[in-house]
Amino acid sequence: MGRPITVTVNGEKTSAEVEPRLLLVHFIRERLRLTGTHIGCDTTHCGACTVLFDGVPVKSCTMLAVQADGRQLTTVEALHAGGALHPIQAAFKEEHGLQCGFCTPGMMMSSFALLAENPDPTEEEIRWALSGNICRCTGYMNIVKAVRAAAVQMKEAAAVPAGAATGS
Amino acid sequence: MLPAPFEYHAPHTTEETLELLDQLGDEGKVLAGGQSLIPLLKLRFASPAHLVDVNRVPGLDVIEERDGVLRIGALFRHKAAERSTMLASRYPVIAEAAGQVADPIVRNRGTVGGSLAHADPAGDWGSVMLALDAEFVLQSKSGRRSVKARDFFSGPFSTALQPNELLTEIRIPAAQGRTGGAYLKLERKVGDFATVAVAVHLQMDDGKVRSAGIGLTAVGAQNLKAEQAEAALRGRPLDDAAINEAAELAAAAAEPKADQRGSEAYKRNVVRVFTQRGLRRARERARGGA
Ligand SMILES: Cc1cc2nc3c(=O)[nH]c(=O)nc-3n(C[C@H](O)[C@H](O)[C@H](O)COP(=O)(O)OP(=O)(O)OC[C@H]3O[C@@H](n4cnc5c(N)ncnc54)[C@H](O)[C@@H]3O)c2cc1C
Ligand code: FES
Ligand code: FES
Repeated sequence: MGRPITVTVNGEKTSAEVEPRLLLVHFIRERLRLTGTHIGCDTTHCGACTVLFDGVPVKSCTMLAVQADGRQLTTVEALHAGGALHPIQAAFKEEHGLQCGFCTPGMMMSSFALLAENPDPTEEEIRWALSGNICRCTGYMNIVKAVRAAAVQMKEAAAVPAGAATGS
Repeated sequence: MLPAPFEYHAPHTTEETLELLDQLGDEGKVLAGGQSLIPLLKLRFASPAHLVDVNRVPGLDVIEERDGVLRIGALFRHKAAERSTMLASRYPVIAEAAGQVADPIVRNRGTVGGSLAHADPAGDWGSVMLALDAEFVLQSKSGRRSVKARDFFSGPFSTALQPNELLTEIRIPAAQGRTGGAYLKLERKVGDFATVAVAVHLQMDDGKVRSAGIGLTAVGAQNLKAEQAEAALRGRPLDDAAINEAAELAAAAAEPKADQRGSEAYKRNVVRVFTQRGLRRARERARGGA
């Protein structure tokens, strides 16, 4: 039995009919075909499925799609809107903030929410903010470095007058 | 993992919620933060026919201190508790516990009321509320009643809540005089439930203990209130002798079970040491605070 929902996903309004038991992560991956959001544990432990729900990081394997009716969702695909890598993505690449990449979408969404709120976080604050995201590969050192680097990049970009911020 | 099918309701008022819970009885379950319930639905440990999602009911997430009572709405989220400057300064046991519940992403959704209703004996909020001598307001279509935290928990995942009742708010006697508190938690890693945790809430008057509240996590069939330890402190200066005596009594009140996190003796000892440390930390905060 479908239930109609309308969700704004990465800035675009989408309507669908969903079964109440459909998990948000399945809606995102299978209905919207946005497969950047990963399913790691499926038991609310790993954070690979992290998306922003009205700007706040949530584990999309632990919410229902119907709960997103009328809300804003931001998935990792929003980061490269416009084709260029977001400074967070560029920094993860540059600083080797990933190996297998499975945790990376979740890591980046938690980082994105952190930097939106605290543009100049300390290492400690980064570790705290990312403590719900588990990585089996990197040992976290380079992830923390990447978030610091992204913060610096984003601050510099913000300091450049609008219009001059693009380019290579 | 897919939950079994259910019908979904998203009421917009408390009245509507109570009406639904009344109609549905055993068939209905409240969905708050979903951070315990949705995992259970996925594992099919629970398969209610109806879910009543209270996230769209306004006003259930209030926090307000007035007329000698701190009111916390059931839908107040762990994260909001972690961030509240009022709680950090006046109710440090709440603020310190909040940042240790689960992980930051779970804290964005999980609610204080959901946690209490879930009543995991290893959950953190029950002990905090026992230490604070809180009472819980349970509302149903036919009326409302208040249940003291100490009468609310009745065993693992069991409470005084009836299927047609909604926990609407938590009421805590407002902090008076010099107040301090602490929450000490031993966990294997971030996001893990406690091996052992101890909640302390202290009110001092003229250098003496006016009241002390001590709650114990993960060392019994439910969160425990160390009432003998509390009573031993009342009216006394909080010196080393008093602290040590209370710590022994708290350890004696614990009923830990050995598991992969530790032996019974180990856990009991952690209760003793955390009660000592918690009382000292609470005393420091009471001195520094208003
Ligand atoms: C990875 C992970 C780690 C965790 N670690 C911890 C931890 O360290 N410490 C800790 O304390 N908790 C921990 N939790 C649990 C977490 O705190 C949950 O948020 C909490 O137990 C349940 O709150 P909720 O709002 O998510 O409730 P839900 O999951 O929505 O509901 C839980 C139960 O309570 C009932 N219920 C909810 N609200 C009400 C209400 N207002 N009235 C009546 N009944 C209601 C529901 O019907 C359901 O039976 C963890 C969870 C996860 C996934
Ligand atoms: S897949 Fe959602 S937390 Fe791991
Ligand atoms: S890069 Fe492999 S899990 Fe993080």
